[in-house]
Amino acid sequence: MKHLSEYRDAGAVRQMAAAIAREVDAARYYRFMEFCGGHTHAIARDALAGLLPENLQFVHGPGCPVCVLPGERVDLAIALAQRPEVILCTYADTLRVPGSGGHTLLRARAQGADVRMVYATTDALQVARDHPDRQVVFFAIGFETTAPATAVALLQARDEALGNFSACCNHVLTPPAMRAVLSGDQESAPARVNGVIGPSHVSAIIGLEPYTFVAHELQTPLVVAGFEPLDVLQAVLMLVRQTHAGRCEVENQYTRVVSPQGNPKARALMDQVFLPRPSFAWRGLGRLPHSALGIADDFADLDAERRFPVQVVPVEDHPACQCAAVLRGQMEPRACRVFGRGCTPESPLGACMVSSEGACAAAYRYG
Amino acid sequence: MAENTITLAHGSGGRAMSQLIEDLFRCAFDNPWLNQGNDCAVMDSPPGRLVMATDSHVITPLFFPGGDIGSLAVHGTLNDVAMSGGKPISLSVAFILEEGFPLADLERIVRSMADAARQAGVPVVTGDTKVVPRGQADGVYITTTGLGRVSEGVNIAGSRARPGDAILVSGTLGDHGVAILSLRENLQFQTTLESDTAALHELVASMLAAVPDIHCLRDPTRGGLSCCLYELAQQSGVGMIIEEAQLPVREAVAGACELLGLDPLNVANEGKLVAICPGHQAQALLAALHHHPLGREAAIIGQVVEDAHGLVRLKTRYGGMRHVEWLAGEALPRIC
Repeated sequence: MKHLSEYRDAGAVRQMAAAIAREVDAARYYRFMEFCGGHTHAIARDALAGLLPENLQFVHGPGCPVCVLPGERVDLAIALAQRPEVILCTYADTLRVPGSGGHTLLRARAQGADVRMVYATTDALQVARDHPDRQVVFFAIGFETTAPATAVALLQARDEALGNFSACCNHVLTPPAMRAVLSGDQESAPARVNGVIGPSHVSAIIGLEPYTFVAHELQTPLVVAGFEPLDVLQAVLMLVRQTHAGRCEVENQYTRVVSPQGNPKARALMDQVFLPRPSFAWRGLGRLPHSALGIADDFADLDAERRFPVQVVPVEDHPACQCAAVLRGQMEPRACRVFGRGCTPESPLGACMVSSEGACAAAYRYG
Repeated sequence: MAENTITLAHGSGGRAMSQLIEDLFRCAFDNPWLNQGNDCAVMDSPPGRLVMATDSHVITPLFFPGGDIGSLAVHGTLNDVAMSGGKPISLSVAFILEEGFPLADLERIVRSMADAARQAGVPVVTGDTKVVPRGQADGVYITTTGLGRVSEGVNIAGSRARPGDAILVSGTLGDHGVAILSLRENLQFQTTLESDTAALHELVASMLAAVPDIHCLRDPTRGGLSCCLYELAQQSGVGMIIEEAQLPVREAVAGACELLGLDPLNVANEGKLVAICPGHQAQALLAALHHHPLGREAAIIGQVVEDAHGLVRLKTRYGGMRHVEWLAGEALPRIC
């Protein structure tokens, strides 16, 4: 914790905010998208928007792994969990994401399914060792940050010949989603932003190169930033300076964690165990090509989707829900027609209201 | 084997139950009312107003650093009585035991309850035991009820917070919740934290001696400080503003919450209270808190303001303002 205090020093944060205010041009309008849910949460928790000039606006991106999990994958998780031999392990806030008919893993658990919350893949492996008579399925979600841990778990299960362990892979990839949101596609117009605050921990894995298209092709500055308030504000200042200088570059504010080449060892593990899926459904963004990972054929025996053939049908988002526009940075959470009325953290209609990293939940909770 | 565990016979009303009561409960709780051996306790009634509170206790794990379900069951109910400003007089206890529960564990729990009650100076005067078949409960559940007396002139209620009042907490936030989380089977990080479980009625007595006109008292147990403040704000029809920089949170708790994606404001406490008093008496109340061992780390954390919506807001250490999160359900950790 001590190492963090310097990035939370109140004096330093106020000075940085003042520096931004000095450099911002009152005649211009700045829209910076924070891609990552961790940043969305940090900006809301520390009320950073209120420290900055009014013509500088944070636009929330789709980088909340829980939020973009589509209903059909939740249905898949529920179907797996409802098999009597299965113990389904997953990361915590997955439990509240609504599938079809608003059904959740939390409700499935209340109705008798054996669903367990884990903090790490090692916990799921331990559940498998402790229950040799049951089938333990790790329902894996997350961006490139959590994918290497799933890869390690599968390798470990193979090493130990842990025949009752498998994973249901829902890992998604950052660059395709960033492209879909920033450049638009057949489903939607581009999010008009002047700069992007790039992901923290994802970048520690994938490095800076995958963002080159944002700067060069889409002519949008991008600064990879840490999650602390001083990190976020420094990244904002770097984006303001790029904007004023007419530069479009990928810069790295988070040098204490992110190296330009990322973590090749972690990527090698991912390459060994996973294979890109031809396409994958994202809540709000639709089907995006090459945007998610499946389990490679060499590890087919550890793939829960192949071990337990379960049929699910695509689930449409709730018709009143405007998560798609929110996830694409085209709508402020409060502008959604069901925000705080039909859709609250108690009974979320859309996934942006589920995780505290979701833009709507952050806006609802922190006002 | 059967001799060392609870069996259905221990709840049957027959000889096994009598023996359990005689050997364990009466011996541990030992007081004239219980020793009469009736199904109830008959006591002289004190003058003035009575306060009564009840609380059921279920917790995993049963034993944790700083306490166990037994001490928790005593402190929890004493604190509910104390939050009225009342002085606790007596406790009752009801156990629901699962068949097969180790007798040694029950003994340990009952002795811990007896110690907690004795330290608090409040006798356990009556009780009940039921045994349910294996699989129909999780070890042991304990319900305690407390009776107390409220002195003349003390008028504490959740509806009495007024704009201009000061908000105080008696010590560091989140210690109990994080100590418990650190023990859950899949979360064995090393911490040196102990649960803060403690009986607060003596602290309350010394606070009332210094500032008789305390408006509100509440213990921020489940749901933590945030839920506690929202309840008071809604009950009183006022708003609240707290200052992040003034909130007492141990570094170990802040660190664990950081790791788990939890907010210390939403984490449970079992030996802390929130007090609301007229603003001009805040310093006197703080001094009284600091004077007591259970209030040494007390702080003035904010003030009551006018707000018809009953919102609780937080001024961040950077000067920004946001709502305090009001938990909808269980606090689930964030991924990332």
